[in-house]
Amino acid sequence: MARYSAWTVFKNGLTGQKGWGRAWRDPEPKKAYDVVIVGAGLHGLATAYYLAKNHGLKNIAVVEKGWLGGGNAGRNTTIVRSNYMMPGNRQFYEHALKLWEELSHELNYNVMFSQRAHISLFHSPGARDAAARRYNSMRLTDTPAELWSLEQLKKEVPHLNYHSARFPIIGAAVQKRAGTARHDAVAWGYARAADQLGVDIIQNCEVTSVSRDGSQVSAIETSRGTIQAKKLGFAVAGNTSRLWQMAGLGRLPIESHKLQAFVSEPLKPLLDQVVVFGVGGAHFYISQSDKGGMVFGGDLDWYKSYAQRGNLPIVQDTAEAATSILPCLGRVRLLRHWSGIMDMSMDGSPFICKTPLDNLYLNAGWNYGGFKASPASGWYFADLIANDRPHEVIQNMDVKRFERGVMIDERGAGPDPKLHG
Amino acid sequence: MIRINCPFCGERDHSEFSYGGDASIEYPALDAPPEQWHDAVFMRENIRGMQSETWHHASGCRMWLVVERDTLTHEIQAVRPAHPAIAQALEDEA
Repeated sequence: MARYSAWTVFKNGLTGQKGWGRAWRDPEPKKAYDVVIVGAGLHGLATAYYLAKNHGLKNIAVVEKGWLGGGNAGRNTTIVRSNYMMPGNRQFYEHALKLWEELSHELNYNVMFSQRAHISLFHSPGARDAAARRYNSMRLTDTPAELWSLEQLKKEVPHLNYHSARFPIIGAAVQKRAGTARHDAVAWGYARAADQLGVDIIQNCEVTSVSRDGSQVSAIETSRGTIQAKKLGFAVAGNTSRLWQMAGLGRLPIESHKLQAFVSEPLKPLLDQVVVFGVGGAHFYISQSDKGGMVFGGDLDWYKSYAQRGNLPIVQDTAEAATSILPCLGRVRLLRHWSGIMDMSMDGSPFICKTPLDNLYLNAGWNYGGFKASPASGWYFADLIANDRPHEVIQNMDVKRFERGVMIDERGAGPDPKLHG
Repeated sequence: MIRINCPFCGERDHSEFSYGGDASIEYPALDAPPEQWHDAVFMRENIRGMQSETWHHASGCRMWLVVERDTLTHEIQAVRPAHPAIAQALEDEA
């Protein structure tokens, strides 16, 4: 398949756009693969890509029950940042951000990564101290981070509510290298790049059962037949528990909750950064897409759910948060809203780990944070599958960490999955 | 909006309630081995379908309820008070 370049764009512009072929093949599933990844979301596709690219594996398939990018890959608010503090998370998300910075070149696909800055507002001296601790820990581990005074914030984002907010804004913590990316392009870019390295991406192929041979997985039964796998990886956040139980493995420290997101009608350029507002019970994050739509989200719907549709009380909560910090949005119309199913884990941190079965590997528990993590998630999951041992960065990202008394709890919310927003 | 039929207040919007969690968890004795506490605190069946869960009628009668709800369709099959003695008393009355 042809490499994309400025020249091919120019040439096709002159020849009626007739020179573009399909971006990846649509293969029939083979009987057996060395590695099968379940879930062609961002994490599954990235895993397949890095398995082929970094570890030279050839015989790889990614199976997907729906269509590529139709799950949480297409149901997020596209924010990328690395302002995590806990050991493990700190290195992991910084690695992810470094991969994002080179991703368009790496994949020969413009993922429209825009390092427009991520601005976390704070509203009390206590919140400022907490932000200072977090952002100083970033600086101590070689990640640039800034604390902005109210004056500087007013200069950079003049139209926030500085005059009548219930919780007055007193400053902001800022990561300038953070930003947004185009979610579909990330899925398509990884799919195309993995396909070019020989990975079979098999859509409309739902796993219906997992066959075991003692402590090994032998094959998966799918809606498109039996597929044997020497190694099997799950990357199906949202539905992890279902597959885990198909493999006969019982319970997990995960609950499935739904998270909504919203986009407004397109506007002229209004907001140059990602702005985050969190105080007391409110939680709100907003940016503007390249098409002009205001993309924003808030909290979970607060009750466990596998339904990929949202409920109205959260629409109201999020709209209240929006107008409280950006009153200029008051008359903007909502264009669409959608909902995705999150694996909410017991401490708000993910799992990339081995399992009780010798050749089964798990990638799960991404909470709100799966989009930004996807390149590093694929990188470390591929490393785990290829080498059959966890990299030291992810040594505590296993489902057994709670047995050892290890919690990677960024928010300090305790073992209640719905609180780890 | 989910509508929950509170046994004390009648049918109300779910926004009056706060969600508790999985009602099938049984907490072990205080001196039980740590493994049992680990399983009760951290491990979940995470059912896709009908599950028992607790809801608190925070903006109503403030009673804890056990709701049988489908986590895929949000359909509610049954609601009863979480306290077994109160549930029994209501049943006896009926």
